[in-house]
Amino acid sequence: MSIQTMVTWIVVLGGLAAVAKPLGIYIVRVFTFQPTWLDRPLDRLEDRLFQCMGIDRDSNMSAKEYSFSLLLTNLAWMLAAYLALRWQYHLPFNPEHLRDLKPTLAFNTAASFVTNTDWQAYSGATTMSYFSQFAVLSYLQFVAPAAGGAVGIAFLRSISGRQLGNFFVDLTLMVTRLLLPLAVIGTVLLVAQGVPETLKAYLHVHTITGLRQWIPRGPIASFESIEHLGQDGGGYFAANSASPLENPTAFSNLIEILSMGLLPLGFFYAFGAMTGKRRFAWTLIGVAGTFFIGMLALVYFPELAGNPLVNSLGLHGMVNMVGKEIRLGLGGTSLFETSSMAFATGSVVSAHDSYLPLSTLSFYLGMFLNVVFGGQGVGILNMLMFVILTTFLMGLMVGRTPEFLGKKIEAREVSIAALAFLIHPALILIGSAIAVATPLGQAGIFNPGPQGLSEIFYAFASAAANNGSALAGLKAALPFYEVILGVVAVIGRYASMIAMLFIGQSLLTKRSIPESQGTLRADTPVFAVVLLGSIVVLNALTFFPIMALAPIAEQYLMLAHHLIR
Amino acid sequence: MAMQTSSKASYRWVVLQSSLKKLNPAEMIHNPVMFVVEIGTAVVCWMAWSAVGRSAVGYDWTIAVILFLTMWFSTLSESYAEARGRAQADFLRRTKSSTKARLLDSEGGTTLVDAALLHQGDRIVVEPGDLIASDGVVLNGVGSVDESAITGESAPVLKAPDDAVTGGTMLLSDRLIVEVTANPGETFLDRMIALVEGAKRQKTPNEIALTALLAVLTLIFVLVVVTLVPIADYYGPRTTNIPIMVALLVCLMPTTIGALLSAIGIAGMNRVSLVNVIAKSGRAVEAAGDIDTIILDKTGTITIGNRMATEFLPLPGVLVDQLAEAGLWSSLADTTPEGRSIIDLAQRTLGLTSPPSLSGEPVPFSAETRMSGIDLSDGSRIRKGAVSAIEKLVTSPIAELKVIADLVASDGGTPLAVSRDGVALGIIRLKDVVKTGLTDRFEKFRMMGIRTVMATGDNRITAEVIAREAGVDDFIAEAKPEDKIHLIQEQQTSGRLVAMTGDGTNDAPALAQADVGLAMNSGTMAAKEAGNMIDLDSSPTKLLDVVMIGKQLLITRGALTTFSIANDIAKYFAIVPALFVTVPTLRGLSALNIMHLTTPHGAILSALIFNALVIPALVPFAIRGVRYRAESAAKMLVRNLFNWGVLGVIIPFAGIFAIDRILGLFGMG
Repeated sequence: MSIQTMVTWIVVLGGLAAVAKPLGIYIVRVFTFQPTWLDRPLDRLEDRLFQCMGIDRDSNMSAKEYSFSLLLTNLAWMLAAYLALRWQYHLPFNPEHLRDLKPTLAFNTAASFVTNTDWQAYSGATTMSYFSQFAVLSYLQFVAPAAGGAVGIAFLRSISGRQLGNFFVDLTLMVTRLLLPLAVIGTVLLVAQGVPETLKAYLHVHTITGLRQWIPRGPIASFESIEHLGQDGGGYFAANSASPLENPTAFSNLIEILSMGLLPLGFFYAFGAMTGKRRFAWTLIGVAGTFFIGMLALVYFPELAGNPLVNSLGLHGMVNMVGKEIRLGLGGTSLFETSSMAFATGSVVSAHDSYLPLSTLSFYLGMFLNVVFGGQGVGILNMLMFVILTTFLMGLMVGRTPEFLGKKIEAREVSIAALAFLIHPALILIGSAIAVATPLGQAGIFNPGPQGLSEIFYAFASAAANNGSALAGLKAALPFYEVILGVVAVIGRYASMIAMLFIGQSLLTKRSIPESQGTLRADTPVFAVVLLGSIVVLNALTFFPIMALAPIAEQYLMLAHHLIR
Repeated sequence: MAMQTSSKASYRWVVLQSSLKKLNPAEMIHNPVMFVVEIGTAVVCWMAWSAVGRSAVGYDWTIAVILFLTMWFSTLSESYAEARGRAQADFLRRTKSSTKARLLDSEGGTTLVDAALLHQGDRIVVEPGDLIASDGVVLNGVGSVDESAITGESAPVLKAPDDAVTGGTMLLSDRLIVEVTANPGETFLDRMIALVEGAKRQKTPNEIALTALLAVLTLIFVLVVVTLVPIADYYGPRTTNIPIMVALLVCLMPTTIGALLSAIGIAGMNRVSLVNVIAKSGRAVEAAGDIDTIILDKTGTITIGNRMATEFLPLPGVLVDQLAEAGLWSSLADTTPEGRSIIDLAQRTLGLTSPPSLSGEPVPFSAETRMSGIDLSDGSRIRKGAVSAIEKLVTSPIAELKVIADLVASDGGTPLAVSRDGVALGIIRLKDVVKTGLTDRFEKFRMMGIRTVMATGDNRITAEVIAREAGVDDFIAEAKPEDKIHLIQEQQTSGRLVAMTGDGTNDAPALAQADVGLAMNSGTMAAKEAGNMIDLDSSPTKLLDVVMIGKQLLITRGALTTFSIANDIAKYFAIVPALFVTVPTLRGLSALNIMHLTTPHGAILSALIFNALVIPALVPFAIRGVRYRAESAAKMLVRNLFNWGVLGVIIPFAGIFAIDRILGLFGMG
C-alpha cells in the first residue's frame, strides 16, 4: 500500500468523522426549529413557500398521514418525470434533437430517479436532452434524497419523544437548508477543477490527427454535485465519474467522495443529538465505520494481489487495473467505489464487471447490509431497525422485556421491524429467481458461468438497495429488466421507510422507562460487537447460498485456474 | 408442594398420547415454525412415496423420519412440561372431589352437601377432622388448621374470627363456623388446578413478540430455500433435489426455540407454583421480571413478626405502675401481638398472674387516628398510639414526651405514647428485630437494578434506623395506606414497574395499583383478590423468587433463540458444499466443507440429525430455565452471549462432525 493511498484514506475517513458532529447538530437545529445562520436569507422564502402550500411550519402528521404524503408526492414526481421523458423531443433545451424515451425506459428511469436509485438503463449523452438532464433528473436528484431525509427526521423525532412533524415542511427544509447550499459549494469546487457547466450544444472539433469528433457537455458540474450529495449516483454520462468530464482530477475525486458521505454521517450523529444519546450515535458510527473499513479492505487487497489466473502465468505483481482509471489509481478508485456502495450512491469510477469476484463481495456487502451509513435518512433508519431486532434478542438475555431508548419493544414493534428486514432480501431473492427462471430474464445474461448469474443478483440488489450501480455485463435495456427493476426499486424504497415510521409512532405513545442497573446499555463496546455480529449473521444466513453460487464459486474456479467460456 | 405421581407407566402413556395428539395440524398451526416443519415432512413423504422404485427413495424416507422426529420432540417436550403440572392438578382435584360440607340453615341445623354446590354467603360448620369445603372467613370459633395440602407447611395455623380459611385445608381441633366467600369453580383450589394444568394458559406479551419474530425468520428461510431452487437451475435442470431442500430449510429455521417455546412458558409457571406462589396469569410472572421498585412493609416483612414491648418509660411525676396499668387496660381488647406483648410486660411489672377482665368500651385502632384504647366504665379514657397522635390529643403538651420518644426512636425502637383522660403518662418502648438474611436479599435486588423501599407507619427516625439496619434503598415513614398508593403512582408515572407485598384489607388498593401485587395467604380475602399473585407461605421476600423466575423465563427464551440462530452457521458449512456436488462449475465449493464430512448425503443427514437431537438435549434448560444470577445487565449479557451465542456457533461444528463419523461407522455416510 502506497503512502499516497494511506494518506488519502486517512484524510477522507478522518474528514468524514470530523464533520459528522457539527453537521449532525446543524441538522437537529434545523429540524427542531432552532435558530441557524441560514434563517436570515431563507426564512422569508420558506414562509412564502409554506404559505403557497397552505401549511404551518410546526404542524404535525401521524405516521399514516406522513406516509401518505410521502407516497403521493413521490407518485406525482414519478408521473411528471415519466411524461417529460416521453415527450422530451418536443420540450425545450434539446439542441441535439434527442428522441422521446420508449415507455419502459421512461418508467424505469422515472422510478429509479424518484427512489434515489438512479439505475441507468441508458447512455446519458445519446439519450437525454439538457432539459431532461437538469429539469427532470437533476430535480429528482434533489427531491428524492430530500424525501428520504425527511422520513429519517420524522423517525428520529418520534423516538426522541417528539411528534413526527410535517412531511412537506421537512422536505422543503431538506432542500433549502441542506442540499441546495451544499450543492452550490460542490458545484463551484467542481467547476474549479474543470468540470463543464453550460447549456451550449456539444462541441464539434477537429482533432490533431485530422479527425472530426464531438465532445458532449452540458450542466455537468451541478448534476455531479447533487448526484453525490444526495447519494443518487446517476451519472451525466454512461461512464459516470470514470469520465474525465465528470471527475477530472484526484481532487475532484475527493470532493465527490466527501460529498457522498457528508449527510449519511450527519444523520447518524443527528440520531444522537436528537435523542440525547450521543455515545449511542458514536457506537453506531463505529459499527458502520467498521463495516466501511472492512469493505474497503475487501476491494483493495484482492485487486492489489492481482488476478490469480494472470499470476499463474508467472506475471507476478500485476495489480488488477482492468476497467480502472490510471489517473485515480487503485487507492483512489477503491475508496470511491467503497463509498459509493456504502452510502448507496451507485456512481462509479471504474467497471464493476472487471473486478475480481472476491472484491465484488464488498460491493454486495454494501447493498445487502444497507446500513454502512447508507443514504441520508434511510441509512440510519435501517441501522436502527437492526438495533431494534438486536436489542430484542439481547434484552431477553438479560432478563427484562427488551427496551429501545427506554421504550418497551413488544410484538408490534418486533413484527414490523422483522418484516422491514424481510422486504430487502425478499426483493433480491424473488426478483433474481424470476429473472433466472424465465426466458425474458435469461435474455439479458451476457457473461457465461457464475459471472452471468452474479450480474443478475447485482442488478436486483442494486435496485432493492436503491444503489443504482451495475455489474455491467447484464443487458439492462430490455423491457423485462426495465419494468421489474423499476418495481423492485419502488418497493425497496418505500416499504421499509413506512414500516419504520409506524414503529416510531408506536414507540412514541409508550411510557418511558428510566435506566437502571438492570437495563441493557446500548452505548457500549459490547453492544457494538453484538450489533455487528447480529447484522453479519442475519445477512450471511440470508445471502450465503446465492453468494456461494456466484462470486464465491467463481473465486474458487479462478483459484483452480479454470476459465469460463 | 405435595405432589403425588400415579404409576410411572401410565404417566408416560399420557405424555406419549398427548404429544401425538398435538401433531394435529389444526393445533400445530399455533406454532408457525413447527407447522412449516410439518408441511415439509408431508412434502418429503409424498416425494418418497411417489418416487417408489427410484434409487434415492431410502434416503428420502430417512429424511422424512428425521423430520418427523424433529416435530415430535417438540410436542413431546410440551406434553412433558404439561404433565409435570398435571400431576399436581390431579392430586388437588382428588382433594376437592371428596369433600363434603355441613351447610348451616337458618334454624341452626346442618345438612350434608357436596362442596362443589356451595355458594358465596353460605354458612358452613366445620368439625375437627373435616376438610374445609370452600374458601371463607371464620365467623365464630377458634381452631387450628392444617394447611399443608396447599402450602406444604406442616405446622398448624391458628384461625380466629375474621381470619380467612382456604378450601382443601383440614381443621384439626375445635369447631368453626365459616362463611363461604367463593362461588363454585372460583375457589382458590379451582384456580390453582387451572393454573398448574395450564388449561387457561395464554401466550404472554413477550411470548407473542418472540413468536412473531420466529415466524418472520421462518419466512425468510422459506424464501431463501424456495428461490434457491430456480436460481440453482441456472447451472442446469434439476440441480437441486426437493427432499434435500426441505432438509436445508428445516435446518435453517429456528426449530430449536420453536420447538421449546411453549414448554418454556409452561415450565416457568410450574416453577412459580413450586415456590408456593399462585400467579393469576403468566403476564404477571413476566412483569415480575421487569420490576424496578419493590415496596415492602416493614412489619412482618423486614422485621420479625411484630414489635415487642420491652420497657415502660413514664414522664416525670408519673409512676411506672401507673403507666403499666394504663398500658394494660388500653391493650386488653388489642389482639395484635404488640398488644399482647404490652399485656405481658405490664403483668410482669405489676406482678399480676392473669390479666383483669375487660370492663369498658374498646376503641379500635384506625389508620386515620393512628391510635387505639378503651373508654372504661368509670368514665376514664385511655389511649395509646403514635406519639404525634397522642400529642394532638393531650390538653397540655409536655416537651418531655417528645424527648423520651426521640430517645427511643433514635435507638431503633418504636415509641408508643400513652395518655389517660387527655394527660400524657409516658412512653412504651417497642422494639423491632430485623429478620436475618434480609440484607443479602436486598443486596441481590440492588445488583439486579431493583430499588427496595420500606413503608412503615413509624416515625422518620425509627424508620431510618430499621432501613439502615436492613439495607433497603429508601423508606417512607409515617405512611398511611394512601401514601403507599401515591408512592406507587409516582413511581409508575416515572415509568417504573412496581411490586409490593401486602396482607391487610387496607393494602388491597395498593396491591391492585401495583404492577405486581403479591398477597400473603395469611392475609385477608380482599388483599388476596386485589393482588395478582398469592404467596401460600406468606413469606414476603418470596418476591425475589418470583422476580428471578420472571427473568429466567425471558433469559431462557433469548438464550435458546440465540443458540438456534447461531447453530445455522455450522449447518451452512455442512450443507451448502454438499448441495451442488453434481454441478462441475460449482465443485470448488467443496472447499467450504471445512468439517471434512465424508459424503454429501452424510453431511446433510448429520446436520439434520444434529438439528433434531438438539431439541431433547435442551429440554432440561427449557424446563429448569437457564441459570440466573443476580448481576448487572452488562455482565449477564457477556456471560449468556458466550454460553449461547459463541458456544452456539462452535458446538454444532463438533456435533455435526461427530454424527457424520458415527454414521460412517454404520456405513450410512
